[in-house]
Amino acid sequence: MSTDTHRAIDAVWRIESPRLIAGLARMVRDVGLAEELAQDALVSALERWPETGVPDNPGAWLMATAKHRAIDRLRRSKLQQRKYEELGYELEDWQDDAEAAFEAAIDDDIGDDLLRLVFTACHPVLSTEARVALTLRLLGGLTTDEIARAFLVPEPTVAQRIVRAKRTLAEARVPFEVPRGPELGERLSSVLAVIYLVFNEGYSATAGDDWMRPALCEEALRLGRIVAELMPREPEVHGLVALMEIQASRARARVDATGAPVLLLDQDRARWDHVLVNRGLTALDRAEKLGGARGPYALQAAIAACHARARTADETDWARIAALYDALAQLAPSPVVELNRAVALAMAFGPAAGLELADTLVDEPSMKHYHLLPSVRGDFLFKLGRYEEAHAEFKRAAGLTRNGREREFLVERANACSRSLAALKHE
Amino acid sequence: MRFMLLMIPKGYEHAAPDAMPEADRVAAMMKFNEDLQNAGVLVGLDGLHPPSSGARVSFAGGKAKVVDGPFSEAKEVLGGYWMIRVNSRQEAIEWASRCPGSDNEVIEVRQVQEFDDFPADVQQAAAGFEAMQRDIGQPT
Repeated sequence: MSTDTHRAIDAVWRIESPRLIAGLARMVRDVGLAEELAQDALVSALERWPETGVPDNPGAWLMATAKHRAIDRLRRSKLQQRKYEELGYELEDWQDDAEAAFEAAIDDDIGDDLLRLVFTACHPVLSTEARVALTLRLLGGLTTDEIARAFLVPEPTVAQRIVRAKRTLAEARVPFEVPRGPELGERLSSVLAVIYLVFNEGYSATAGDDWMRPALCEEALRLGRIVAELMPREPEVHGLVALMEIQASRARARVDATGAPVLLLDQDRARWDHVLVNRGLTALDRAEKLGGARGPYALQAAIAACHARARTADETDWARIAALYDALAQLAPSPVVELNRAVALAMAFGPAAGLELADTLVDEPSMKHYHLLPSVRGDFLFKLGRYEEAHAEFKRAAGLTRNGREREFLVERANACSRSLAALKHE
Repeated sequence: MRFMLLMIPKGYEHAAPDAMPEADRVAAMMKFNEDLQNAGVLVGLDGLHPPSSGARVSFAGGKAKVVDGPFSEAKEVLGGYWMIRVNSRQEAIEWASRCPGSDNEVIEVRQVQEFDDFPADVQQAAAGFEAMQRDIGQPT
């Protein structure tokens, strides 16, 4: 097969598969079956297009092909049903006029279908891993192999997860719909959590040369933007998009030429992606205008925006960041948020203020093996001139981190403490 | 990666200075624009007034020379552009193929140069470029 056609099919699949699957899922009311039908259509395309050329409207071609297969299946299942009927099984009435409904509904508003697909793929009956895998597969058009590589798990595991997820959805008779009323908020936060999880999986993996991981960030951003377009009145969706856009804008500045991580305040801000920054700030603005300034994602985005707006690290509005962390700590209290708040307090009001808060976290069980706590405390102690204590903290942090680059960095900071101490004694 | 889809409408080189697209053409184009936006790939877009209301500045002999439009020798001119962010050149081409273009229109698909595309010496010469884009808040 010519690689050109193959590439074209890849591109068409990436653009078309979510709405293809979404449209089919509404008709057959089974996400697993919908995906099978869409895949069948893709296989047909792979067989035919290299000879006939890519059709003028490839999306319509795929949809028509999938539709025919669906109708074939319906006919077959109707035959089967009649047999069941004879055996006294109860029928589902939807299948009676399914063919007509199919024709009518397949051309309906696509946006709603996509949204239904998002909510179904992120349904709470599924485990978090299953939600992630299914979302990437159905909405991102990623192969199981790509998902497996992205999450560093064996491909059969992902394949199993997807198969089981689809079965669970079918068995639990999860309706293919966007929830309404009070349920919406809860379900929406599951959708947003899945998208952010995908993003973080890509974002925190700067180490290594795994090429799939930046693609995961891109994918999460794309999913976030899609949901934001489909649910323009939901402030937290814009908050999440804002957060991801601003974080992603720093991607190129987060690693130096040798591959070592560069801390936010040391980053070359010229290397931040201004397009993404602007998009992030716009999205944050939308979230705030919709009254969502206090949502957890919008708050985190607002913190990220403080950094994004500062032309140099020195211009950072730390008092505002500390206030935003205050709000976040009240909304979603966690030791990690407190630790970040301590850093902001130290930057805004001096290391003593930060240390005071960080000290309250020392007995926190979840912080016991978290290298950033001693690392941050070491920094405060160093700034306060308490080099001996700072030295011990940096050594502790170095012993806790699992990242080689970070260990080197912490050992160097511990050494700097020794040098300062020696200089002090020398005076 | 970012791509620019450059719309080149034949005949636009001679269009009257106040020429405007037909409303129904714009409506069809809006559907395409919305598809791009809904797919989360749209970064920016603009239409351009015809070149007859523009001007050309040339530099023959190292000296700037201004000629007002319309330009008699013009062959292809831009009517507008989309900036999109996609995963492959093929995906950009696929999107361009979906534009409801008319017989006289051509879309040129061009990848945007990223700073990282430049060799070291060019990066050095372009130092500050990214900061500049940021400072002017380049429209997205």
